[in-house]
Amino acid sequence: MEREVQRVRQAFLSGRSRPLRFRLQQLEALRRMVQEREKDILAAIGSDLCKSELNAYTQEVISVLGEIDFMLENLPEWVTAKPVKKNLLTMLDEAYLQPQPLGVVLIIGAWNYPFVLTIQPLIGAIAAGNAVIIKPSELSENTATILAKLLPQYLDQDLYIVINGGVEETTELLKQRFDHILYTGNTAVGKIVMEAAAKHLTPVTLELGGKSPCYIDKDCDLDIVCRRITWGKYMNCGQTCIAPDYILCEASLQNQIVQKIKETVKEFYGENVKESPDYERIINRRHFKRILSLLEGQKIAFGGETDEATRYIAPTVLTDVDPKTKVMQEEIFGPVLPIVPVKNVDEAINFINEREKPLALYVFSHNHKVPVEWELIMENILSILFLISVPVY
Amino acid sequence: MGTPPGGRRRERRRGPHLRASRLSRTGVLLPCSSLQDRAMEREVQRVRQAFLSGRSRPLRFRLQQLEALRRMVQEREKDILAAIGSDLCKSELNAYTQEVISVLGEIDFMLENLPEWVTAKPVKKNLLTMLDEAYLQPQPLGVVLIIGAWNYPFVLTIQPLIGAIAAGNAVIIKPSELSENTATILAKLLPQYLDQDLYIVINGGVEETTELLKQRFDHILYTGNTAVGKIVMEAAAKHLTPVTLELGGKSPCYIDKDCDLDIVCRRITWGKYMNCGQTCIAPDYILCEASLQNQIVQKIKETVKEFYGENVKESPDYERIINRRHFKRILSLLEGQKIAFGGETDEATRYIAPTVLTDVDPKTKVMQEEIFGPVLPIVPVKNVDEAINFINEREKPLALYVFSHNHKLIKRMIDETSSGGVTGNDVIMHFMLNSFPFGGVGSSGMGAYHGKHTFDTFSHQRPCLLKSLKREGANKLRYPPNSQSKVDWGKFFLLKRFNKEKLGLLLLTFLGIVAAVLVKAEYY
Repeated sequence: MEREVQRVRQAFLSGRSRPLRFRLQQLEALRRMVQEREKDILAAIGSDLCKSELNAYTQEVISVLGEIDFMLENLPEWVTAKPVKKNLLTMLDEAYLQPQPLGVVLIIGAWNYPFVLTIQPLIGAIAAGNAVIIKPSELSENTATILAKLLPQYLDQDLYIVINGGVEETTELLKQRFDHILYTGNTAVGKIVMEAAAKHLTPVTLELGGKSPCYIDKDCDLDIVCRRITWGKYMNCGQTCIAPDYILCEASLQNQIVQKIKETVKEFYGENVKESPDYERIINRRHFKRILSLLEGQKIAFGGETDEATRYIAPTVLTDVDPKTKVMQEEIFGPVLPIVPVKNVDEAINFINEREKPLALYVFSHNHKVPVEWELIMENILSILFLISVPVY
Repeated sequence: MGTPPGGRRRERRRGPHLRASRLSRTGVLLPCSSLQDRAMEREVQRVRQAFLSGRSRPLRFRLQQLEALRRMVQEREKDILAAIGSDLCKSELNAYTQEVISVLGEIDFMLENLPEWVTAKPVKKNLLTMLDEAYLQPQPLGVVLIIGAWNYPFVLTIQPLIGAIAAGNAVIIKPSELSENTATILAKLLPQYLDQDLYIVINGGVEETTELLKQRFDHILYTGNTAVGKIVMEAAAKHLTPVTLELGGKSPCYIDKDCDLDIVCRRITWGKYMNCGQTCIAPDYILCEASLQNQIVQKIKETVKEFYGENVKESPDYERIINRRHFKRILSLLEGQKIAFGGETDEATRYIAPTVLTDVDPKTKVMQEEIFGPVLPIVPVKNVDEAINFINEREKPLALYVFSHNHKLIKRMIDETSSGGVTGNDVIMHFMLNSFPFGGVGSSGMGAYHGKHTFDTFSHQRPCLLKSLKREGANKLRYPPNSQSKVDWGKFFLLKRFNKEKLGLLLLTFLGIVAAVLVKAEYY
């Protein structure tokens, strides 16, 4: 492990990764990899999460391509020195900020979106001129394997390497010295990563999680609200770091919400959700059991069907959830949506503030900010564009 | 010991291990160990409750507190200067120019700009979010811990405080115990001017700081050395507390043969011996071609005389080493070295003369640790290539200095090395421009502050996307069931390359239709 990291560091010290031209070339090679090997990549993601190739494309590959294009377009400007505002003392001097690479970057990926959560940071690390060690999550095995196979075929083999392995290998890896560590995952391991980083004074970026609350005001269009929430909650079978974890709303809204979510689920996944190509599965048995245990003692408004053999858990909604129960103590990361009734928005705000700061917050209410006339004009222009584009396409 | 103004009455307790270093902000000696631990926890809880009250958040309140801080600095200037002066044997004039003036400048800068900084900032949108509101909302983090340093004990504690208040946080300040007088004056003055529950001073030594670090904060800013920096970050990791670590290192100073040695040596002398070398960004050592050594020594010697007079010990502008431990440490660095000039010491007053060492061997002790004293080693190198390699073989320093008429050489040195910051053809000065984020890289630190960067460090810039509940039709593209045509539409909206071609075609068609409509209208 130490030797591998040393090899990468030597490669960085050679200065090879620094010229703009080199970085652009590597990014273009990465783009080629994603385009040429699209099938392999989609298949890998698909088998890790029981995801259709279409969904793997829209949820992961499309973002990666977008980021690479964005980087290719803007990098030439970003690498240049930026003058800063001067004061009297420095008026006649040159004062600028010079972006420079940090050195060897470690990216620890996650299993829920195993491709984009590893490659999107990689794109930026390459763009910034660093050498990179990628440690994909071992839970998404197929993606980990495909990354180890494909990256060396397209990218510089000494500057950007993939190291695979489990807890033991990762612990060993974390003993080495890096110039930045980006970790995506859970809070507990986040602390371990930061503690290991502290030994070398390595700065860290920790993309963790939490329980992202979703407040539904009584003044809103419940049809639309419930459709949007259903989409975000059950996408990837609830295994999204910014999925709406639970709902807060006035008790009187619960039944309508349950009804509309139920209807939307049918609209999205059909009568038999298990057979929908758009509904994923839980990543492994351990998480399956974990999510199952959250249902104990809960009022299941609909859903709740499971199949351990295929790690299937149906889209589920719980009502009148007691905040002290297990389902409200940890990030659900599954297709279970608790509704916790609150009296009003004040109680909702207090509820949220009594808990750890979440990764995302959602609030649904009629928005009066945008002036009506401007909206109408823009809507009309867009509609026309839409209408024209169909035959053109 | 009565109740100081603004302090609270507490019951005095006596335990078997009382130490002068355990003064709480009220001046009461705290009992030992476990009771003290809980007292620490209670103090932090009190501050957190104060933050949760929401009091520190309104702009008006923050401005008021900053204005009160300004008044404190102006009204109690004498006390502050006296405290700094006695900690570092510094004249009041120097304490003013080195510390107080920066603090006043920062407060004014904050007062002027804060109203603008607290507002939400719209961000650039993409096709997908074109009709939405997208902005960054700066928000306070919560309870911030600022651990000060002893070398510039006032500014290094107050400058972060200014930004933390400006960002709407509650703050716990832990001044360095080595600069006792400043620590005491801060504990005395701050409660007299600032909100007593939101901004508190906790004094103490290693034990108290360790206890404090067990508590949970929303950000910790630490100024000091690398070893303790690691301890701070490790403690912070337990609570996932982000940290800003302003550490140090050996800031190299490369002198090219193509430069004006008079001016170069004057600038280096100023930056090196200021505060008796106890500056985190002091030029630590010089790298130059061997042939320059003698001239450099000569010119530095002349400048020292010009600055401090014949008898440096009697100059009111020459400080002393902070304590006996550091005095002995720096002394030990001189062992076996060729002292070109200086080297005189006086343990009683912790005086070390401005000293220059020549032909220094990189393997000796003076080149193994940050000197933080008035000892300037010159390490001869063959050329700039060797200098660059020398620097790169070592830990990334907090600052890098390069002196040359050759602009290209300066750019090359910057390009091929890494350091927190750079000043070319001078020393220290990049610290004085607050549009620069001031901080280290690698072992010299992480994070940065000064000016708006302090505000940003202590804020959470929260991305907010506000959509309307209308135009749900457009969302159909992202809902299951998925299909190839939906995927193609996704490409249209999210992939720029795709956009440009198709959008161009669309625009053309649109214009064509508009033209057709207009032509038709004319004929009717």
